[in-house]
Amino acid sequence: MDWYPLYNSLRIAAISTVAVFFLGIFAAYYIAKLPRLVKGVLDVVLTLPLVLPPTVVGWLLLCLLGPKRPLGAWVLETFGVKLVMTWWSAIFATVVVAFPLMYRTARGAFESFDHNLADAGRTLGRSNTWVFWRVQMPVCKQGILAGTVLSFARALGEYGATSMIAGYTPGRTATISTTVYQLWRTNDDAGALKWVLVNIAISAVFLLAVNLLETRHRQKGGGR
Amino acid sequence: MALSVDIEKRLGDFTLSVRFEAENECLALLGASGCGKSVTLRCIAGILTPDDGEIVLDGVTLFDSAANINLPPQKRNVGYLFQQYALFPNMTVRQNIAAAVRDKQRRKAVTEEKLRQFRLDEVADKRPGQISGGQQQRTALARILASEPKAILLDEPFSALDSYLKYQLEVELAETLEQFPGTVLWVSHDRGEVFRNCRRVCVLDQGKSQGTFTLRELFHEPVTEAAARLSGCKNYADAVPKGTSVFLPEWGLTLDCGKAVPADIHRIGIRAHHVTPAAQQAPGAFPCTVRRVVQDVFTTTVLLQPEGAAPDTPPLRMELDRESWYKMPDKGHIWVTIQPRDILLLK
Repeated sequence: MDWYPLYNSLRIAAISTVAVFFLGIFAAYYIAKLPRLVKGVLDVVLTLPLVLPPTVVGWLLLCLLGPKRPLGAWVLETFGVKLVMTWWSAIFATVVVAFPLMYRTARGAFESFDHNLADAGRTLGRSNTWVFWRVQMPVCKQGILAGTVLSFARALGEYGATSMIAGYTPGRTATISTTVYQLWRTNDDAGALKWVLVNIAISAVFLLAVNLLETRHRQKGGGR
Repeated sequence: MALSVDIEKRLGDFTLSVRFEAENECLALLGASGCGKSVTLRCIAGILTPDDGEIVLDGVTLFDSAANINLPPQKRNVGYLFQQYALFPNMTVRQNIAAAVRDKQRRKAVTEEKLRQFRLDEVADKRPGQISGGQQQRTALARILASEPKAILLDEPFSALDSYLKYQLEVELAETLEQFPGTVLWVSHDRGEVFRNCRRVCVLDQGKSQGTFTLRELFHEPVTEAAARLSGCKNYADAVPKGTSVFLPEWGLTLDCGKAVPADIHRIGIRAHHVTPAAQQAPGAFPCTVRRVVQDVFTTTVLLQPEGAAPDTPPLRMELDRESWYKMPDKGHIWVTIQPRDILLLK
């Protein structure tokens, strides 16, 4: 059995999780401070990928990154790199679909954060950066971890947009999800079943992790 | 001048307009809940920005809307004791205190000194969630003092505690604050707490500061109805000055004040415990009907209707100890008297 799809899926999910971790936290932190109207609009725009069909996301991404589209053409001309149909093209898709999960969980965690703690840190002479990394992030740790795990799971399970932007090339752009589709299409049910089981196993582990994190969060919250 | 505050802030329909000056003393900010006390403290600490005005601490301008000065909280040197203490839950007591020491070289020494001074050695490695309310408050105070502030702001320091614990902690807090050389602003809605711990009081009523008074001025000679209410006075009536007495149209009474009543007096206040039972026809006494009797833990409150009162006027509240009320022969119809010196003349 060729394990390339597993390796490829995991690295795509891992890289996009790192990206989404910072993007989501950054967005959650700054958007929470904006005026209500702007916040409402941004909130809708940033959460849309969560509810849009992945094919719509894929189509929109192709409109932006395709070799004949403005951005894609510019990158191709300047750096000689094609943005689509490579193994890392899928990262664009997974970042977009996983971002809302990270953003929303981080925002939820930040909203329940007691701002008196931040104000206390500031009146004691500590910088906003210190307060953020030493107080706010540790206090919101459980929520942010849960968001990260969810994002990873979502990135791992991405199919629609990935297949449009990265396609399916065995040994190059194949991921678990695109491999399952390909094997089913070619009537290889036994091969498909193997990958289905691999996928279910990984996802189950991650959901279990989320549940454990949430239980710990609740217990800690109740104790205070 | 240690701390001078003259600010305005609009929050929706509510306008805060506060003005007071404090020396190196413990000044109370007394007002009912929702009157803007916490907002005032937040403006001084730099957590909120006033719309207008000026805040000066020890000669340093913290905020000046005209000169566009607005120092961030980090540079104000103001310690803030939050209602729930706002201890960092992810840090130990020791780390919480250390976080407040700006000077890295002295951090360890100052932290250990504060731990000892506030008797926190034993819980130094515990987290705020694992220690008692009293220890939490001591940690918060130690943390504030470790940051070497020029002023300390206390936001309802005992709002989270029950009355027994509260009394113990209050004595401790007062002892700590006595050693503090700078200005202390003590926000409270509890007049007893203010009376026990502060010498001067700034009264806040619906977002407006009513001036600063000494305890004597506030509790014995309040000049406005808001101040009288905060000092615990329960009875009020419209008044018409008449030489050395006042006429109270609502109750149909004329009361002797023992001195000339200024013409700008429109209201009077009478403390419930200054209304005392008297013998029938005694000089200065007047007859009342008892409307209702409310038994409290150690006292009895009697709601009276003076005989000359118009219908639907607010009752006159009399407070006396339970024993005295128990001994009253006629509990439906009594004569009461009010000493001339106990009538508060209000503008």
